[in-house]
Amino acid sequence: MPQFFSRTANSLARLSLLAVVLGIALIAWLGAMIVRSPYETLQDVPRRQPVPFSHEHHVGGLGIDCRYCHTTVEESSFANIPATKVCMNCHSQMWAVAPILEPVRESYRSGKSIEWTRVHDLPQFVYFNHSIHVNKGIGCETCHGRVDRMPLIWQAQDLTMSWCLNCHRDPGMFVRPKEKVFEMGYTPPANQREFGRKLVKEYHIQSLTSCSTCHR
Amino acid sequence: MKTEQTRDLVPLEALTDAAARKRYWRSLEELSDSPEFQELLHTEFPPNATEFLDEVSRRRFIQLAAASFGLAGLTACTRQPPEKILPYVNPPENAIPGHPLYFATAVPVAGVAEGVLVETHLGRPTKVEGNGEHPASLGATSVHSQASVLDLYDPDRAKEISHLGVWQSWEDFQLALMQSLTPLRSGKGERFRILTDTVTSPSLGAQIQAVLAMFPGAKWYQYDPAGRHSARAGALTAFGRDVNTYYRFDKADVVLALDSDFLACGPGSTRFAHDFANRRAGGDRSNMNRLYSIESSMTSTGGKADHRLPLRYAEIELFARDLAASLGVAGLTTSGSQNHPEWISAVSRDLMAHRGACVVVPGLHQSPAVHALAHAMNSALGNDGKTVIYTDPLEVQSTDQIASLRELVNDMDAGRVDVLLTLGGNPVYNAPQDFDFRARLHKVKTTIRVGLHSDETSVECQWQVPETHFMEDWGDTRAFDGTLTIQQPLILPLYDSTSSLRLLDSILNPPGRSSYEIVQNYWQKTNGANNFEQWWRKSVHDGLIADSALPPLTPQLKTDWAQSLSSPGQQGIELAFRPDPYLYDGRYANNTWLQELPQPMTKLTWDNAVHLSPATAKQLNVGNQDRVELNYRGNKVEASIWISPGQPENSATIHLGWGRWHSGRAGNGAGFNAYALRPSDALWGGSGLQIRRLDKDYPLATTQLHQSMEGRDLILSATAAEYKNNPDFVSHETKQPPKELTLYPQWNYTGYAWGMSIDLTRCVNCSACVVACQAENNIPVVGKEQVLARRAMHWLRIDTYYEGDPANPRAFYQPVPCMQCENAPCELVCPVQATNHSSDGLNDMVYNRCVGTRYCSNNCPYKVRRFNFLLFQDWVTEQTKLQRNPDVTVRSRGVMEKCTYCVQRIREADIQSRVEDRFIRDGEVQTACQQACPTRAIVFGDINNHDNEVAKLKSLNLNYALLAELNTRPRTTYLAELRNPNPELKSNA
Amino acid sequence: MTTVAEKQLQTPRRPEPGTSLPVIAGAESFGTLTEQITSVVLTRPTPPFWYYTFAVGMAALIMFVVSVIYLLYRGVGVFGIEIPVAWSFAITNFVWWIGIGHAGTLISAILLLLNQGWRNSINRFAEAMTIFAVMCAGLFPLLHLGRPWLFYWLLPYPNTMHVQPQFRSPLVWDVFAVSTYATVSLLFWYLGMVPDLASLRDRAKNRFAYGFYGVLCLGWRGASRHWRYHETASLLLAGLATPLVLSVHTVVSFDFTIAILPGWHSTIFPPYFVAGAIYSGFAMVLILAIPLRKVYHLENLVTERHLNNCAKVMLATGLILAYTYAIEPFTSWYSGDTFEMAVVHNRAVGPHSWTFWVTLSCNVFIPQLLWFRKWRTDPKRLFLVSFVILYGMWLERYMIIITSLHRDFLPSSWSNFIASPWDVSVLVGSIGLFVVCFLLFVRFLPMISIFEMRELLPFSRPGGGVEK
Repeated sequence: MPQFFSRTANSLARLSLLAVVLGIALIAWLGAMIVRSPYETLQDVPRRQPVPFSHEHHVGGLGIDCRYCHTTVEESSFANIPATKVCMNCHSQMWAVAPILEPVRESYRSGKSIEWTRVHDLPQFVYFNHSIHVNKGIGCETCHGRVDRMPLIWQAQDLTMSWCLNCHRDPGMFVRPKEKVFEMGYTPPANQREFGRKLVKEYHIQSLTSCSTCHR
Repeated sequence: MKTEQTRDLVPLEALTDAAARKRYWRSLEELSDSPEFQELLHTEFPPNATEFLDEVSRRRFIQLAAASFGLAGLTACTRQPPEKILPYVNPPENAIPGHPLYFATAVPVAGVAEGVLVETHLGRPTKVEGNGEHPASLGATSVHSQASVLDLYDPDRAKEISHLGVWQSWEDFQLALMQSLTPLRSGKGERFRILTDTVTSPSLGAQIQAVLAMFPGAKWYQYDPAGRHSARAGALTAFGRDVNTYYRFDKADVVLALDSDFLACGPGSTRFAHDFANRRAGGDRSNMNRLYSIESSMTSTGGKADHRLPLRYAEIELFARDLAASLGVAGLTTSGSQNHPEWISAVSRDLMAHRGACVVVPGLHQSPAVHALAHAMNSALGNDGKTVIYTDPLEVQSTDQIASLRELVNDMDAGRVDVLLTLGGNPVYNAPQDFDFRARLHKVKTTIRVGLHSDETSVECQWQVPETHFMEDWGDTRAFDGTLTIQQPLILPLYDSTSSLRLLDSILNPPGRSSYEIVQNYWQKTNGANNFEQWWRKSVHDGLIADSALPPLTPQLKTDWAQSLSSPGQQGIELAFRPDPYLYDGRYANNTWLQELPQPMTKLTWDNAVHLSPATAKQLNVGNQDRVELNYRGNKVEASIWISPGQPENSATIHLGWGRWHSGRAGNGAGFNAYALRPSDALWGGSGLQIRRLDKDYPLATTQLHQSMEGRDLILSATAAEYKNNPDFVSHETKQPPKELTLYPQWNYTGYAWGMSIDLTRCVNCSACVVACQAENNIPVVGKEQVLARRAMHWLRIDTYYEGDPANPRAFYQPVPCMQCENAPCELVCPVQATNHSSDGLNDMVYNRCVGTRYCSNNCPYKVRRFNFLLFQDWVTEQTKLQRNPDVTVRSRGVMEKCTYCVQRIREADIQSRVEDRFIRDGEVQTACQQACPTRAIVFGDINNHDNEVAKLKSLNLNYALLAELNTRPRTTYLAELRNPNPELKSNA
Repeated sequence: MTTVAEKQLQTPRRPEPGTSLPVIAGAESFGTLTEQITSVVLTRPTPPFWYYTFAVGMAALIMFVVSVIYLLYRGVGVFGIEIPVAWSFAITNFVWWIGIGHAGTLISAILLLLNQGWRNSINRFAEAMTIFAVMCAGLFPLLHLGRPWLFYWLLPYPNTMHVQPQFRSPLVWDVFAVSTYATVSLLFWYLGMVPDLASLRDRAKNRFAYGFYGVLCLGWRGASRHWRYHETASLLLAGLATPLVLSVHTVVSFDFTIAILPGWHSTIFPPYFVAGAIYSGFAMVLILAIPLRKVYHLENLVTERHLNNCAKVMLATGLILAYTYAIEPFTSWYSGDTFEMAVVHNRAVGPHSWTFWVTLSCNVFIPQLLWFRKWRTDPKRLFLVSFVILYGMWLERYMIIITSLHRDFLPSSWSNFIASPWDVSVLVGSIGLFVVCFLLFVRFLPMISIFEMRELLPFSRPGGGVEK
């Protein structure tokens, strides 16, 4: 039988071995990247909303306090979305006819809720509680980012479990004075480590990493 | 999704129904005007309303995962579907998303109510808790109260008004009603009849009286199949008048139960069990009470008794008579039957020794004679006014219900009835068999049925009017001692339904007021307090009307009462009817929680059975699950056998409430219909039953196949005397290995250390804890097939063991939740760390991490872990989703689950206390089972703090850990059971 | 003047020292030997027997696929499992298949190191058996998960949850043990085949076959350098595989011994399981060998001596098993532990006692026939005994799992396990998978190691066996 394999076959064989190894590695790496990417976590992806409400304008521009709208953030697990009435408190006078606000007025007339799209959407088996974080000196900004610079709200963080654990394992690195919780653009002191340790002691902050802290 | 929801849950009629709206308003007193109402509707019903209501996306998420085995590796990349948030338009005051609200109301069962608080999340009632201020509850609940919330969301409830199956509007109905009634006015309306179940509600009573005044000729009948027929007759015999009797077990040293299951069933049982247990396990347990139980079938009370004597239904009357005679009750001759002399002498001596501090309790289903005898004995023993309290009957109008129903039936038969208005009840199903109610019903021109379900009676009536659930409407009702509660609605009616009040009002003054107005006006009239508004708010808020309990009476025994006694004859096998402990008279047949709740002694689910003693079964040559034909007075029923230790010889007990054919998806065809055998002249039993064995068997699903302890030290018990002599008997019987006996380093629990103590002396096997757990933790129901496959999901079970002679054994109850072992065997075998220990000593179960190897269950010596072998959770029925507890993950297929000490409650309290910068107070966190328990048998708390009740209990020398020798170090421990037998009486001690 | 070849033919065969039975019967030369083995793959028409068994195997395999699809669709509850018996068929099958694998590794690795020449003719398909057995075994732990699509959570990998597997859990040890085992066996098997693949290539009749085997044999030219590397590599892998024979089934036994369940929690399990594994493995080897040698007329290569030796190994391991059976009740009696004694009692007379007694007969009583030479050497009888043993070993695992689980500490949770049809269909299906794979192997790859057989030929020894 004539020669079937050329000399190159040898090197091809060696290459193919290498290719298999690399291929597997590549697939693994891609998988790891995808689950961390905005595609999966939706980090930094602004969402379309029925009313293009701009935190940049209201918080950054007008300097309205977070709690004016998100009233329950200090007492409940859920930081409520403001009722239509709260919008109308101002917008019955200013911009009272602006077409952009029509959905709000419509809601107020009809009594039907405005259907906001949820941005920070944790899985249903995760039980996050706003009140305890806010009351123990974790700033809104720490998780929600500079909302005063967000025309439309997006996730500032990837909200993965490892991200939660970063803080839960060492709260000292992220805690700030209680009076600064609702402040945007807070810059931690250079000695955050010591400072944080002091606050942790003062606020009786615990590093809770039991499963049932979040999963029930 | 949402629109579909709205269609399902709030029919447009309900939205636009002005009356309904108004009614709803005042109910939640925070709300004041209309847009809010509109808002509530929209925020309440679509499940996406807030993250707390969001079942849908959770469901999609998990289902997606479940479906996507195809993309095995990719599940990490399955993104959640985008989610909507629907905020209020106008926020109601003090309704904070994330914080539940509690409203007081009362759960009526056959007219006797239990005061409760209902937990609501953004307008959804999710859980029933006891009302601490209410005498019938004292903070605890009965099985029925717990399950009532599921009834509200029963998908098979009657949903719309219909005439001969055709949908009609409320206005159409009113019109038709008027048209059929007006012609009757001429004849003063004696062709107009009203049939209700027992009515204790004053306002409803007033309404009916008003209607009767409007139609002087009309008649009102009451019928409850499992009502207090005998009690009434007995009272008439003894006192010549009807009285309501209740007992003060907290003052009773000796209790004699004559076929009474007062600890687990019947009006006031929650309170009775509480008082009884306190007298039994109170203080240092030096002066325990003593319970004798003479009964015709094995019940929880009998199993709890210090001495139990199984007697056939009829023999109990003879026994009572002999006992009464030996107690020296005037004008009484012994029955002549020299049965059980040692019992008679011992018991009578014991009773005499405790004059005024003992009590004789006749069973509701015993014969009138026994009730009369009990009254006589109690007065002879000077118990009246001390341990036995008489009051006026609870009913608005006490009637001989059988006679009254017979009269109605005869009239219908003779065509003397044109309009029959049936409010509640279900006579077609549960009227005595010889009345043949169904056939006679069709001789009535116009039949109208107001009922919660579209049941057997509804479908036989021309007009079906859905009735509002008590959580949907205003009303008032009485407790066992007469205490009044004004029931307030917690949610807008889910369907186009009406209350009996409102319907009657539409006759009195069309178009009729809302139930709210009716009830309030009634009380405004009767109460007449000058500051009514304040009184009203207080009463509604507290869940009871202050000191409205009926005043005690002192009825005098008739002189000639003994003459009217007659001795029953008996031959052959005796048949005894009993209301089902859970389904009662059948009204709860479509409640899946109760269907799957293991029966107290047999642990049967989804079926009733013919209970025979082992000897009788042998003699009839039948065994468990054999199919037989019961023939009683020529009426035949097919049923299956269950051999019950402790059942008297030659006697068969069957439970009412089963074998329904139009109750809904759960109740239909479950069990057999005992009413088909039930004659009006032998309501509770009689002799002459024939049992013919059919050569087929029928599987019965029980959750406990093995009721012997196999000589293992699982339940430690001793008599009070033994305990006095040897207080440390527990430590001698348990072998606790040293703490160091483990490979792993010791963890010392600074901060909280949660633990539980279960007092076996207190537990009376009522199973309220099991349902409470199911309601709190979103535990699915699996159905009969899966129970047969040993896959029941209850996180908490009550093991029931027998010991001794099968003819009359001793019974033991042991509630078994997760033990939260400190050295948990389950934890180190889970390959993915789905179950781990928390810093405060809980054995956490992380459902979303579980891959389902089930190794943890294999390695759990207590077998308290439950696995979702298939998709058990109901993701389809929209109504039941509204009941789910938003604070607990809803588990799906392929995941292990188990008791977590209600960790959601612990974490909530923990957060609350930290926000307020304090520690959790003792009793601030209650587990669902603890909260429901009538006898306070379950105590939970932080065992690191020695002032806490649980820590104190664990320090008692009765404290022991189950299977301690395995060194699992369970956080749940038991207090050994103590009994107080009479040294004079050897048998069954 | 005669050629070397003729001389070879004239040479009288010298019997192996220490036995009357030859390793190779009948006149063989390099040529005839190679021809005989390669022809099975290249020239000889596939025997009808192959097609029949393949059809049966395929049917079973299809049943397997259907069952698995249904299983994934409905959930693991389609099996008969329950609480307390949360493990049953799936785990039984897993342990059984893994065990079967062990014989292959033992033959190819340990016997090689021990320089047991006779194993050369059976090691190739024994290794193949190992590969396919481990494959079947590996499926079951995955299939019996509640959420199989999350199996990868058992592997340690950097994830966004910062959660790693629970390394104290035997199930995680299993993952490592079994995957290592599969890898090493596969490499060993393939490496051994390389020279033979080359011979197949050289004798290939068409370009396709030539290409196919050409690629597979990685350009083997039989140069002395190739042989030297090959030698070293095989010994190296043999060295790696040897501990696995003991370790893998030891780890599998930990699945049970680590649990506190009476009847599982026992220190004797590791040796007990290893012995059992080899026991069942050799049974499987014989069940495969006996028909093969008949159908492909290999009696001269797989001789009575092989059957005899395998039978002896089974006898030995069987006796070890018998010892552990005997010692278990003793220890539980000696421990005086209520629960332990209850389990022994329950196994002997409980609702599932039949499993205990049948196991005992299959694994202890009947195999005693192997004391008789006739039963060791007569293929039919030996086949029968092997079959009994194979069944007995499956039942033993079933017995261990069920009887310990269904009655444990609290009588309230006692139950009575009932298998579901799906349990059976998946078991039978997995056998189908095995059969199909094995038949394909027989058809397309050299089922007997050619070059190793050559080594056995008298004249491949120093002096070429030529008499002066």
